Amino acid sequence: MDVIELSWWQLALAALMVVALAACTAAMRLGMSRSLLVAALRTVIQLALVGLVLEALFAAERLVWVVLMALAMLLIAGREVMARQKRRLLGGWAFGIGTLSMFLSSFTVAVLTLTVIIGPEPWYRPQYAIPLLGMLLGNTMTGVALALDRLTDTAWRQRGVIENRLMLGQPWQEAIGDIRREAMRSGLMPMINAMAAAGVVSLPGMMTGQILAGTAPGLAVKYQILIMFAITLGTGFGTLAAVSAGSRRLFDSRERLRLDRLSSPRS
Amino acid sequence: MGSTEPLRLAGVGIGALSDIDLGIAPGEIGCISGASGSGKSRLLRAVADLEPHAGEVWLGEQAQSQTPGHVWRRQVMLVPAESHWWEERVGEHFAKRPAESELEALGFTPDTLEWQVSRLSTGEKQRLGLLRAVSLEPRALLLDEPTANLDDATSERVEAWLVARIRSRGWPTLWVAHDRDQIARVGSSHWRIEQGWLTQESLAWM
Repeated sequence: MDVIELSWWQLALAALMVVALAACTAAMRLGMSRSLLVAALRTVIQLALVGLVLEALFAAERLVWVVLMALAMLLIAGREVMARQKRRLLGGWAFGIGTLSMFLSSFTVAVLTLTVIIGPEPWYRPQYAIPLLGMLLGNTMTGVALALDRLTDTAWRQRGVIENRLMLGQPWQEAIGDIRREAMRSGLMPMINAMAAAGVVSLPGMMTGQILAGTAPGLAVKYQILIMFAITLGTGFGTLAAVSAGSRRLFDSRERLRLDRLSSPRS
Repeated sequence: MGSTEPLRLAGVGIGALSDIDLGIAPGEIGCISGASGSGKSRLLRAVADLEPHAGEVWLGEQAQSQTPGHVWRRQVMLVPAESHWWEERVGEHFAKRPAESELEALGFTPDTLEWQVSRLSTGEKQRLGLLRAVSLEPRALLLDEPTANLDDATSERVEAWLVARIRSRGWPTLWVAHDRDQIARVGSSHWRIEQGWLTQESLAWM
């Protein structure tokens, strides 16, 4: 079975409806129309560009280009993690910890899934590698950003408690233990919810895509499960690394709480 | 009887304060007074090594900089004016159950350990905060206005309890206080902080 061709004028129809929605919110003075339109426009431009890049990438099928693409995705994700934090670690640590933990977890899980489990020929075949890494990075990014934001913001709010625990002679790991657990929880919760709701409440996007493209549901389900597990591993280890490194950085070598290493929130 | 080691500050500097030298013998109480914002609390934080600072602090032969942070703070224990509580119930904050007599001395009963933390008043938090720190049996005490939130009667009761513990355990103690009468009652020595300087005052025996 072939996918039904979709032409630009059909997309324009959908776009027209988004514009109608923006007009409605503008008419009701809800103040969302501008950001709605900007976001819609960004979707069109970004996806169109990525489509071009992917076509070139698939045609070339060279490891260098795949790696370059992966690095570009990683750096953009790292920037995004940093931007989503209210109080971030100063001196490049927010970007460094976020990017490094995403690199370690997403890249390892992606390479392992490709080489050991799926096994395309060659292993870096862009049709498999890039979408897999994209899904991994996208979800890991959300987990790492949520966890780091929760970690630094809660540490700032509860500095009195942390310092009081330090005064009672607790090691720093114990003094920030509750907050670390909370940060870990908020990083992993979206993925745990997604796994719990998969197929019952929501049909996962990739599975839907494969079914639309004519894959047998049985096979699409297997791929979806694999992806869900890979994403969970990536998010889990990424969040773990980020929370460990981030909470360590909140203390100095004398185990003092150093909130002066956090930026003040932008209003 | 616990330790009988003196506490000694050598060239400690933090904020507006610099080059502070002072020594407290075992079981003695050194009172520190000064206007608010003069840096009394920060000086105690430096001695407990909660903030980066200059100089060295000695507990007997043990140097602060040569001891891991949490080991030092476990021995040189700072009790802040405002204590914090993070578990659900009071008793969960105590490593080992405090003796009934200790609770009663501060005006509590064994029931208190089952209380919800959220129902504690400021004064109750302060007294329980002192008990929590003292029951860990440190080797030196740093008290930041330990009776600030208490009425006069309770204040003297807590003061007497603290002095008895400090004397019997032989803890060298730094005690930040406002009240001149309290300083005269508990202090073995008295320093005033004025414009970044520490001046020793004679204890006026009235």
